[in-house]
Amino acid sequence: MTDLTKLKISEARDALRKGEVTSVELTEACLVAIDQADALGAFVHKTPEVAMGQAKSADDRIKAGDAPDLCGIPLGIKDLFCTKGVPSQAASAILNGFKPEYESTVTSQLFGAGAVMLGKLNMDEFAMGSSNETSTYGNAINPWRRGNDDAALTPGGSSGGSASAVAADLCLAATGTDTGGSIRQPAAFTGITGIKPTYGRCSRWGIVAFASSLDQAGPMTKDVRDAAIMLEAMCGHDPKDSTSADLAVPNFEAMLTGDIKGKVIGIPREYRMDGMPDEIEALWSEGRRMLEDAGAVIRDISLPHTKYALPAYYVIAPAEASSNLARYDGVRYGHRAKLSQGDGITEMYEKTRAEGFGAEVQRRVMVGTYVLSAGFYDAYYNRARKVRTLIKKDFEDVFAEGIDAILTPATPSAAFELGKVHTDPVEMYLNDVFTVTVNLAGLPGISVPTGLDKQGLPLGLQLIGHPWEEGDLLNTAYALEQAAGFVAKPSQWW
Amino acid sequence: MSIDIETAARVAKLARIRVEDDALPALAQEFSNILGFIEQLNEVDVDGVEPMVSVEPMRLKRRQDGVTDGGMQGKILSNAPDAREGFFAVPKVVE
Repeated sequence: MTDLTKLKISEARDALRKGEVTSVELTEACLVAIDQADALGAFVHKTPEVAMGQAKSADDRIKAGDAPDLCGIPLGIKDLFCTKGVPSQAASAILNGFKPEYESTVTSQLFGAGAVMLGKLNMDEFAMGSSNETSTYGNAINPWRRGNDDAALTPGGSSGGSASAVAADLCLAATGTDTGGSIRQPAAFTGITGIKPTYGRCSRWGIVAFASSLDQAGPMTKDVRDAAIMLEAMCGHDPKDSTSADLAVPNFEAMLTGDIKGKVIGIPREYRMDGMPDEIEALWSEGRRMLEDAGAVIRDISLPHTKYALPAYYVIAPAEASSNLARYDGVRYGHRAKLSQGDGITEMYEKTRAEGFGAEVQRRVMVGTYVLSAGFYDAYYNRARKVRTLIKKDFEDVFAEGIDAILTPATPSAAFELGKVHTDPVEMYLNDVFTVTVNLAGLPGISVPTGLDKQGLPLGLQLIGHPWEEGDLLNTAYALEQAAGFVAKPSQWW
Repeated sequence: MSIDIETAARVAKLARIRVEDDALPALAQEFSNILGFIEQLNEVDVDGVEPMVSVEPMRLKRRQDGVTDGGMQGKILSNAPDAREGFFAVPKVVE
């Protein structure tokens, strides 16, 4: 078999079960591809020994006939997931040298199912960013380029390393996390599929916390079928996460029939933004037509509070971050600043956090501190939480009127050049304009690659579903994927 | 809303992040820009709206109030920048 790294999870699973390939062969092929791709900055901690050990065990399980879907499948793991004995530092200098003594619930479920870890993947520091430019490891690079222009483009963020690695065929799939769009935006920028499930589907235990009421893990894969397979393995109730849902996890792959006849798809008018590029507008219309051709009923809808989602997010997420990141104090793990004569514990905290946190993380921790401080709590934080209630109600209202799923663009543009949007934080925040509503409302959302822009860069559409109905959402995404027939790949320059 | 330099310094202090004096004006300007963006929320009529506590209504599970873990002092201290005699070590906090 050639080009083992280009296999999808479903193809590799079937080949492994038939004995046409071994997990050791698959894993070795990925490790070679990873070593040739340092220019992408995707893998930041390589774990070849862990990978080969897991691959050998997986081959034994497959031989014994005990092979769950992910058995023997080589994956990349976002640096936000704590992995036992392997550096896990959320791309932050403040966690330099941190090697957890425990395994996150999601990764332990994946490894329990026989999956293989190739290494840890680059990301924005503490998942705060939309371009992977805030990482202590340096930028992750998008394998896609604009035609023959060799300018380095962002893979998006925060799961930029995951997106780059999957798009460049360094691994068969990767884990991501999504607080405001961090799975769906990078997936769209790199021509892959990414789903953020309903809040509570995946345990957050052992995932470095950013904004606890918004954070969700999810898979980043080469197609919708793989997303269904991998999501099922990541989901499930966990007593160690009090917000984890005690609900049965369906067989998502079995729900992929491609039949969406009679499904009602909403097109929200508020997502038509001023200054939106024509190509995004055209892609959206095209997606609408594709779903209509597949038998869906298209209906224009209104989600009136959409405009207020980003400002609400930029109160709630920093507020929660300022609280979650208080634990990085130089006492229990990670970096501690060198102290001067006479420095006490307050100086230790202040110097450690100034040295360990990057500029964007410092900015958000301080904004969060401000909006939670005495005298401003009601004006900012409580008001934002009330607006969040209204944003969720917008979705509940259209679902109650019979809408099965909502179609929107995934991003307001294609991948942009690294180093170009840096100057104004608020301008960078606008990247999440189409995705952040979904986190605020706790809904499942999926980004599906559906076309290329005129410079040859991938563009994605987002589908938003009912809470806990990931299976139905994946099926609608599957129908969209089949109609779009997106097969383009970046040509290898790295 | 415009944030002055004193407010920026106070916030940095509350967040336990050292910011040098010469960096405060730029920081205050950044806060002002971000808070200006957030202030759009004042346009929304939120009278009688409950602030969201939990995105999916679910009852928190109850569990036995019992010991389920422990006896791993070595593991807990293994990542500490400074651990001595089974404790985390920090600069003197009591005179």
